[in-house]
Amino acid sequence: MEIQEKVISIVSEAANVEQGNIKGETSFVEDLNLDSLDMVEMMMKMEEEFGVEIPEDKTEDLKTINDVTNYLKANVN
Amino acid sequence: MITKYEDLKEQKILITGATRGIGKAIALACAENGAHVVFNYRGDESRAQGLKDELQAAGASQVTAIAFDINDYDTMKTNLDAFVKEHGAIAKLVNNAGISRDQLAMKVKPEEIDEVLTTNLKSAMVLTNHMSRQFLKAKEVSIVNMSSVVGLMGNKAQTVYAASKAGMIGYTKSFAKELGSRKMRCNAICPGFIATEMTDDLAEKAREEYIKAIPLGDYGSTEDVANLTLFLLSNASKYITGEALKVDGGLYI
Repeated sequence: MEIQEKVISIVSEAANVEQGNIKGETSFVEDLNLDSLDMVEMMMKMEEEFGVEIPEDKTEDLKTINDVTNYLKANVN
Repeated sequence: MITKYEDLKEQKILITGATRGIGKAIALACAENGAHVVFNYRGDESRAQGLKDELQAAGASQVTAIAFDINDYDTMKTNLDAFVKEHGAIAKLVNNAGISRDQLAMKVKPEEIDEVLTTNLKSAMVLTNHMSRQFLKAKEVSIVNMSSVVGLMGNKAQTVYAASKAGMIGYTKSFAKELGSRKMRCNAICPGFIATEMTDDLAEKAREEYIKAIPLGDYGSTEDVANLTLFLLSNASKYITGEALKVDGGLYI
């Protein structure tokens, strides 16, 4: 599965929103109404799924699906 | 008499300040419930081993002693993380470690305020906050914070101790609100006059005065506090969170 697809699948579960309604530019907070605790939980799932550590100061910059996908592409071996 | 809760069997229960007093009674009660008791100790390895043996003999499914001082955050985090990595997420935590430095308000030194607030309140907050991430991976999370009835009613010569224990209640309620949506529960216990080494130091006259003020006419035992702790840790209390429950024989009504 492509990184983006996996990310969308995790986000879809976390936000309880159908995958078809999530796009690259979808924003976690503005479009999906995730709160800070949802974000922490979601990032933990990303870390688990991709076997990568996402430092807390980085997560603040990860606002959309594209942000996360790009971060993972650059950091996952 | 120690109450038994089936769901605490083999549960990992982390208890701070378990080497004596109320903390030790809680550790023993958890052991009697067949839990995997986890406690921290600083320095004295042989004393830790002694407690380990005692807990094992009391029926603990497993006992783990982790070396860290609750005020040494780096070591605390490193050693707890190592434990979780090996044994999986911890769902039950008892923040019990505490000290008191009783003194008239006008004589209290700023360093004494730091010492008491740091040990009683800040360390519990740092530990719980740090454990929160792994709590997200655990089921039926329950945190029990040891406050005190003086955190509710105040007490002369205990301005600092009372402030730290009142702070514990504010932390408990806030944590319960913040993480309730993740089914994490957090409650505080407010023991009244409980017979421990700490209270043995009280003068006989002071003790008599205290007892006069207690409707049930006697001081409590560490087992009384342990029984409430077990109840709050267990799923028997699954709809109770953000509470500060007194075990005080009616001292503060």
